Parts: sequence; structure tokens; C-alpha cells
Amino acid sequence: MNIETKYFGSMLVDENKVIHFVKGLPGFQDEKKFVLIDFPDNPLFQILQSTVTAYVAFVVASPYHFREEYTFDLGEQTKEELTIKTADHVKVLSILTLRKPFEKSTINLQAPIIINVDALKAQQIILTDDFSARTPLQTEKARVE
Amino acid sequence: MLVLTRKVGESVKIGDDIELKVLSIDGEQIKIGIDAPKEIAIHRKEVYLAIEQENSAAADTSLDLLNFLKKE
Repeated sequence: MNIETKYFGSMLVDENKVIHFVKGLPGFQDEKKFVLIDFPDNPLFQILQSTVTAYVAFVVASPYHFREEYTFDLGEQTKEELTIKTADHVKVLSILTLRKPFEKSTINLQAPIIINVDALKAQQIILTDDFSARTPLQTEKARVE
Repeated sequence: MLVLTRKVGESVKIGDDIELKVLSIDGEQIKIGIDAPKEIAIHRKEVYLAIEQENSAAADTSLDLLNFLKKE
């Protein structure tokens, strides 16, 4: 299907890859369908793009690339809602907030996005652990060699 | 907004499944216990608002900022 994207104009995306956020995201409760678009030129990043609203798009990356020691427990409730049975089906992404200058950019470690890549269901969860929604991005790690 | 006065140890029922109990009061701090079905998400309001705000800021990224991510 064809969708309008925020950064890449009109794009053809695979309907079978649409990720369902049953509850939307905090601040974007009505946005329930997204696709992940690979970021051209830098494989570390993807764009989480709403298939309905062009301007709703987030830059996302694996938090583990920036913080190897990042760990948290997934609640039973989330596992149930996303029908997660094995860890192999789970993909964790964090939303980045890019700022000028780039060194001021941050990554949201407090509210990671949990995706069941098998069932294509996802949720942005809010952790009670002591993580910041505005963790400074180690921007030197954002560049590809 | 419905306003009720409660003493320590007393509670409020919301529907059939949710109970809020005042556990203790220490000066300006009130400890509240919440019994609710696990599918009900419970967060301190300021935490939820901060995430909303951060999501909005993140969605506000302009195309020229994205260029930072490109290989140099």
C-alpha cells in the first residue's frame, strides 16, 4: 500500500509489515498503525512512521547500541497484551529526540517501544526503573564507520 | 470532580474492581495503595505527562535535523 511519510514523501510499504499499537502512544493515542522504515545511509536508525498521519513519525534506534547495560523486566501484562511467548519475538526500540546542536540529542530510555515482531503488535511502555526520558545520546555512537 | 474526605485506613471504590486506600499521611506526603486489575495502567501523572511531552518533541524533528544521522 501507498502511504504519505514525513521524511520520504509518498512510499510503497508492505501491508503485512504494519505494526499495531493497540493503545497508540502517549500523546498520540489515536495513532495505532505504524511501519518501520530503514533510514537511508545509516543502519542504526529507523523511522517509526504512522501509516495514517504523515507528520507522526519518530526516529528510533536500538537502545542497546547506546547503552549495552540497559535492562528491564517486561511485565506479565505487557507480555499478555502483545502475546509474547519467547524473547526471540521481542524487539526493543527507543525514540530519539534530535536537537540542535546534535550533541544535545536525547534517547528515551524510560519509555521503550516493545514490539512482538512475530504478531506485529507493539506498545510503548513506561518503566518505573530509574531511566530518563531524556538520556543524553552518545552522539559519537550515532555515526557509522 | 467528586471530592471525598477519607481518614487513614479508609478507602474509595471505583467501579467493582478498583480500590484506592489511604495508607498513611506524613506532613504533605500521602501514601496511597491501589488495588486494580492488572490491565489498568497506573502511573504518577507527571511521569505520563513527561512521556507525552517527550513523544511530541520527538515527533517534531525537522528534516534538516535528520541529516545529522547521515554518514559523513
